[in-house]
Amino acid sequence: MPDSPAIAHGAPEPAHEEHPAYLRHHFNSVEQQADAAGFAMWLFLVTEVMFFGGLFTAYLIYRNWYYPAFVAGSHQLNVFWGTLNTLVLIVSSFTMAMGVWCAQTSRRRGLVLCLSLTCLLGLGFLGIKTIEYREKIEKHHVPGFHYSLQSFVDPQSEPEVYSEYHDRPLPMDMARHTELYFSLYFLMTGMHAAHMIIGVGILAFMILRARAGAYTSGHTTFVLNFGLYWHFIDIVWIYLFALLYLISRHQ
Amino acid sequence: MSGRNQLAHHIVGPRVYVVILFALLAGTGLTVWASFIDLGVWNPVIALAIATTKAVLVVLYFMHVRYSSKLTMLTIGAGIFMFLTLISLTLADYISRAWGNW
Amino acid sequence: MSATIVSLPDQSTARIPKVNYLTKENGILSWLLTGDHKRIAILYLISITFFFFIGGALAGLIRLELLTPRADLMATDTYNKVFTMHGVIMIFFFLVPSVPATLGNFLIPMMIGAKDLALPRINLLSWYLYMAGGILAIYTMAVGGVDTGWTFTTPLSTHYVNTNVITTGLAVFVAGFSSIFTGLNFIVTIHKMRAPGMTWFRLPLFVWSHYAASLLMVLGTPVLAIAIVLVALERTIGIGVFDPTKGGDPLLFQHLFWFYSHPAVYIMILPGMGVISETISTFSRKRVFGYTAVAFSSVAIAIFGFFVWAHHMFIMGISNYSVLIFSLLTMLVAVPSAIKIFNWTFTLYKGSITFETPMLYSFGFMGLFTIGGLTGVFLGSSGTDIHLTETYFIVAHFHFVMVGGMLMAFLAGIHFWWPKMTGRMYPEKLSQLAAVVTFIGFIFTFFPQFILGVLGMPRRYASYPPEFQVLNVFSTAGATILGVGYLLPVLYLVWSLKYGAIAGDNPWQATGLEWQTQSPPLTENFTVMPVMDHEAYDYEWLEAQNEKRRKEVTSAG
Repeated sequence: MPDSPAIAHGAPEPAHEEHPAYLRHHFNSVEQQADAAGFAMWLFLVTEVMFFGGLFTAYLIYRNWYYPAFVAGSHQLNVFWGTLNTLVLIVSSFTMAMGVWCAQTSRRRGLVLCLSLTCLLGLGFLGIKTIEYREKIEKHHVPGFHYSLQSFVDPQSEPEVYSEYHDRPLPMDMARHTELYFSLYFLMTGMHAAHMIIGVGILAFMILRARAGAYTSGHTTFVLNFGLYWHFIDIVWIYLFALLYLISRHQ
Repeated sequence: MSGRNQLAHHIVGPRVYVVILFALLAGTGLTVWASFIDLGVWNPVIALAIATTKAVLVVLYFMHVRYSSKLTMLTIGAGIFMFLTLISLTLADYISRAWGNW
Repeated sequence: MSATIVSLPDQSTARIPKVNYLTKENGILSWLLTGDHKRIAILYLISITFFFFIGGALAGLIRLELLTPRADLMATDTYNKVFTMHGVIMIFFFLVPSVPATLGNFLIPMMIGAKDLALPRINLLSWYLYMAGGILAIYTMAVGGVDTGWTFTTPLSTHYVNTNVITTGLAVFVAGFSSIFTGLNFIVTIHKMRAPGMTWFRLPLFVWSHYAASLLMVLGTPVLAIAIVLVALERTIGIGVFDPTKGGDPLLFQHLFWFYSHPAVYIMILPGMGVISETISTFSRKRVFGYTAVAFSSVAIAIFGFFVWAHHMFIMGISNYSVLIFSLLTMLVAVPSAIKIFNWTFTLYKGSITFETPMLYSFGFMGLFTIGGLTGVFLGSSGTDIHLTETYFIVAHFHFVMVGGMLMAFLAGIHFWWPKMTGRMYPEKLSQLAAVVTFIGFIFTFFPQFILGVLGMPRRYASYPPEFQVLNVFSTAGATILGVGYLLPVLYLVWSLKYGAIAGDNPWQATGLEWQTQSPPLTENFTVMPVMDHEAYDYEWLEAQNEKRRKEVTSAG
């Protein structure tokens, strides 16, 4: 009984020389490995959906309760920058998808170009976000100690915004709730930006590896799965843009 | 048993990606334009509808789900279902608080 | 109890196989950088045991304080810290990872005929995240602890306490990701790495349970993560989401927190139920009655478990309509659990039952989990919940299902698979004694708490009206017995590593692919890829295998 062999029926192991170097030994084939990696990435994205889900829940509740405050708050966001950022991300999703195609068709230089463009566009997005955030800081719209209600209690103190929307002054308690709007704005865009930063970092790593030809000789899994992550971030922004920037842009 | 895998499915070409790109750009323009028009309660509905359409296009074509296994679609469906459960049951509590004690 | 199914090899000639996963490589780095799911399982087993005894020591302090009606052993603030850390450690650092991270990690690849989990490096990362979270939790205790209760209820945790909420939150956050990655790994493995012939309905029910629990881990834990982030930001910056003065709602935290924490209890119990399916079948020599029903009920528990979270919030200020809906849905979620109990009972009926230690723990599970589960129905019914919530009735309810249920199942599993993991048997009489001692200790500790709850003793209080003292003394006495019952296995299991009988491949004569390999197994589990050509729990197939092997031995000799 001791030292008895494992089940003696079944298929024997494939010969050691037959498989590519990147096949991990607990998998039977590259197809199985790639399949498992892709499935794992989708499951991870599902966890991200639930993670952002908590924030969307909070947003929907407070928008439902404090609609006037949310309208006033969203008028403080710059539609131009927001739209530009949306366009930047959409194009970066396109360049990422093209990068995947390059990897799958073994176009090494094309892949490097696409990944570099994606990275640049990602940095552009972050740059625009920095501009927007700085504006918020200057206007004291960052929740916390220095939060200022002035723009909402006295809209005419801000001529550029007032000339666009002619907002009526909010009563004091509703004006206080604008801080909630900005909390959610910074939370949601901040969480999104954090994911972008991680994505840009990984892109930088990938560009170096792509130049060495790591992804254009059959082992495209990493590029494929990173693409999924990047598109997911794009989708989150599509919803953030609609919910945060476009609440009510008419007078 | 493991379902269709990413190496065997047909490689999505640039033409599809370009079409989707333009669809997404158009959708963005449309949603910004619609937000400047007063449509009452329909404003958020339209904005979310356009956003969802864009998201679906990204999922199906950029993320290759159109060519992926049923398991992938089931996984995405489960995630969306749970996301909607969280939002709807929680929101239902908040909205029904205003209805009083029967 | 002389009848036994244990079949050990001839002890005079038996040896532990020289090449196995424990001896394959040596040195501390081969353990700390391992990708082998079995070694990671052992790492988890050691660390989980360590955290269990810390949580247990805190429980001891609680019961000591509650010997007398006055808060005389420690300051009430300290008492708050003790029960908080007891809860945090027991839930996040013991119960949630217990069976999945130890037995699940060890066995799932073997049960499905694979060489490892799909993502071995993620598996190792899971353990490191668990350790990081655990060390952070211990650090928190060292620098003063946290006193909000494990539920971190707002606005207490965000605005009114000065203790280490954020550090504890961070520890739980990190441990949460450990859990997410474990669940993710299991789901990918079970879908993608089953051996040829291993269809879904030939899987051991242990695998089904872990699959269901993994769904919960992956879908639920991220919401806890965001809830913790929000609490941390509320405490530091004052974002206002939980602050009524800024228009926020403290109840929002509870929605997000319980959206995870209710499925969490199913994350905790489902793997234990998986163990029970295996042990009940083995020790009644009978296939599990209604395999399909048990498999589907595991998934049903997982799905329904997501729709009932607000039954933890009946008195907190949710709308009456929410109370109604969630109470109704809670009644539904009891059904699949009951189906499992019925099926296990029918498995026992007309089976050849023997009373080895894993079976004793399994009987304990069935009785105590049933009681705990039924009391859950009283709590799910909102009318009775109003009177019973926040009393010792709740404490007794969850200790019955978690300790009487889950912990007993964990011990059943450890004892059942100990021979496979180590190649050694533990001393049977002593282990049976420990099981009985645990059961008796448990009843004495927690049954009085049901009565205390109905009588009105509130939970989380260091002092109580003097008329409750007798029952509290019973409870503390029981806790002492329980402590002995938990200490014994640690002692004799460690003893067995050197002095235990050699177990051989299949001491329990159980079905299941893991029992067809050597004990301890090889690092790669199987030398040839197994092909699954029979149903689960097929004792006739096992008999035919044994017959074949006997013929081989006699024909070779």
